Amino acid sequence: MNLDTLILGVADGISYAGLLFLVSLGLTLIFGVLGVLNIAHGSLYAFGGYAASSITSFAIQHGTESTPLLFLSLILAALIVGVLVGLILEMGLLRYFHKKDPVIKLLITFAAFLIFEDIQKLIWGTSPYSAGEIVTRLGTVEIFDVVYTVYQIIVIPSIALIAYFSLNYFLKRTSLGRQTVAITHNSEVASALGVNVNKIGTIVFIIGAIFGALGGALAVPVSSLSPGIGAETIVVSFTVVATAGLGQITGTLITALLIGLARSIAVYVAPEFEVAIPYIIMLAVLLVRPNGLFTVAQSRRI
Amino acid sequence: MNYAKTTVFLFSLVLALGLLFPWAKTIIIIGLCYGLSSLGVALPARSGQVSFGHAMFSCVAAYSVAFIAKAFPATDALVLVIAGTLLSTAFASLIGLFIVRYRGIFYGMLNLAVSMVIVALLGKLYSLTGGTDGIRVDRPAIFGVMTERGDFESILLLFTLLVAVVAGWFYQRFIKSASGEALLGLKSNETRLEYLGLSAHRVLWVGYVISGLFVSLAGAIFALAQGLVTPDIGSWTRSGELVFITVLGGVSHSLGPFVGAAIFEIVKLTAAAYMAGVWQLLLGVTLLIVIVVAPNGIMGAFEKRNKNKEA
Repeated sequence: MNLDTLILGVADGISYAGLLFLVSLGLTLIFGVLGVLNIAHGSLYAFGGYAASSITSFAIQHGTESTPLLFLSLILAALIVGVLVGLILEMGLLRYFHKKDPVIKLLITFAAFLIFEDIQKLIWGTSPYSAGEIVTRLGTVEIFDVVYTVYQIIVIPSIALIAYFSLNYFLKRTSLGRQTVAITHNSEVASALGVNVNKIGTIVFIIGAIFGALGGALAVPVSSLSPGIGAETIVVSFTVVATAGLGQITGTLITALLIGLARSIAVYVAPEFEVAIPYIIMLAVLLVRPNGLFTVAQSRRI
Repeated sequence: MNYAKTTVFLFSLVLALGLLFPWAKTIIIIGLCYGLSSLGVALPARSGQVSFGHAMFSCVAAYSVAFIAKAFPATDALVLVIAGTLLSTAFASLIGLFIVRYRGIFYGMLNLAVSMVIVALLGKLYSLTGGTDGIRVDRPAIFGVMTERGDFESILLLFTLLVAVVAGWFYQRFIKSASGEALLGLKSNETRLEYLGLSAHRVLWVGYVISGLFVSLAGAIFALAQGLVTPDIGSWTRSGELVFITVLGGVSHSLGPFVGAAIFEIVKLTAAAYMAGVWQLLLGVTLLIVIVVAPNGIMGAFEKRNKNKEA
């Protein structure tokens, strides 16, 4: 492996890690606050991606010259999907199962995932979707003689970092965020102290859903979507979240980077094992640290 | 409901259906394999642990069968099934050592993750496994006789039915045994179980190995019935279907998973004919309804009705 492929691998890894982080962040946030491992999170990624592809191609067909507008349409797609699907899932379904066993909730989100899989096929069919226009328009940049797209190496990681910092700001500096943290400590006590657990649950669920959809929306310009992407996404993002420790936000960022880099470098070194790399890393970590890399003995989970 | 009578009745019914309608034989064998696999998923489910990756053991068993059949073409079907099942059960007992450290969500998702590794590797290591196209399994001799396809299927059907009955009987015996009751105890209170002097890890591990055995057995038979093994056998969709069948049928009696599998197969065939596009949607909606209306599945609902009648 020479230097050029290494740089290429690292660049791929950073871009992939950014997407992985966004999806995993949503998953871990929802788990931390609501205690639900949302299997339908994979559908949010898929819906976000498909919707983004539809909206951008609509914009292009109507002769949009402006690149920022194209970019905004990606974000807009994520927002619409996140809020809509998030609301349906939380208020239409999970709300009624709050007090049930976590495994029952897992089954409920699994059922929702199955339903969304077919709805996705009914809306967008089974042919692959993509939206490469914005990547071409943003052009390329040269890193140590290796040409790479601006979209992948600058736009995606920046958005991932913005999401990370703004979520941290929300949780630590705003009243609503602090109430959220209180719920993760002890939802009954928080409720007794006047925190509206249901309302915050819905808000957090929607924020998490938007992150999931955003991952998909940002991924569609650089990859193509086809049925089955939802399942793959939920498993890989669970892998990140479990490796980091459920509910660990900073841990998720570091783990996403680790897994993203390992996987992208594996593409050049051992392509047969590329798909299995995240799981192998997770299994290795869990053998040594059963609760994940960054879990501090049962303290706060978010 | 008299379980022995019901079993004999269902046994004869299924056998008669298979012999009367030869085209249905493979479908019935596959349905029985689904039932047998779900029986495997049901066992840990009794302790509250639902696995989203158990189809991997079917996959490992099926590939073992395919590899052995390829290396030793003269191997008898019975030997293939036994060897495939043993290899895959050994694999399950190893994976189990790691998995039993986790409960609930982690239990479910880690099984899924391991199954994804296996499916991914089977698909990628093309030279060894034939990739996603899989490996053909030529029809072997069964019980020492080389037969036509029709006869082979009839014998395999009878064999699978017998295996299903024995497995169901064993399941009933096991859940009434000390280890089996301990699995239930694990669900209600793990700490108290440990105070009784039982190791929760060990209880769960024994359950896991038996569960792996059932799923492996189903996979080995499936490989012979289908004549082709592909990574799809271990896919997450397959595992999800097993969970669906288990929840639908209920885990309180071994008939549950088989009844669940029968309904599943019938609905699948109907859906394939009339509404192929919304098959998963149908599954999802049914799953939701079952969880709300009959959280203990069909068997649970039956037993509740029986109790009410007696009271």
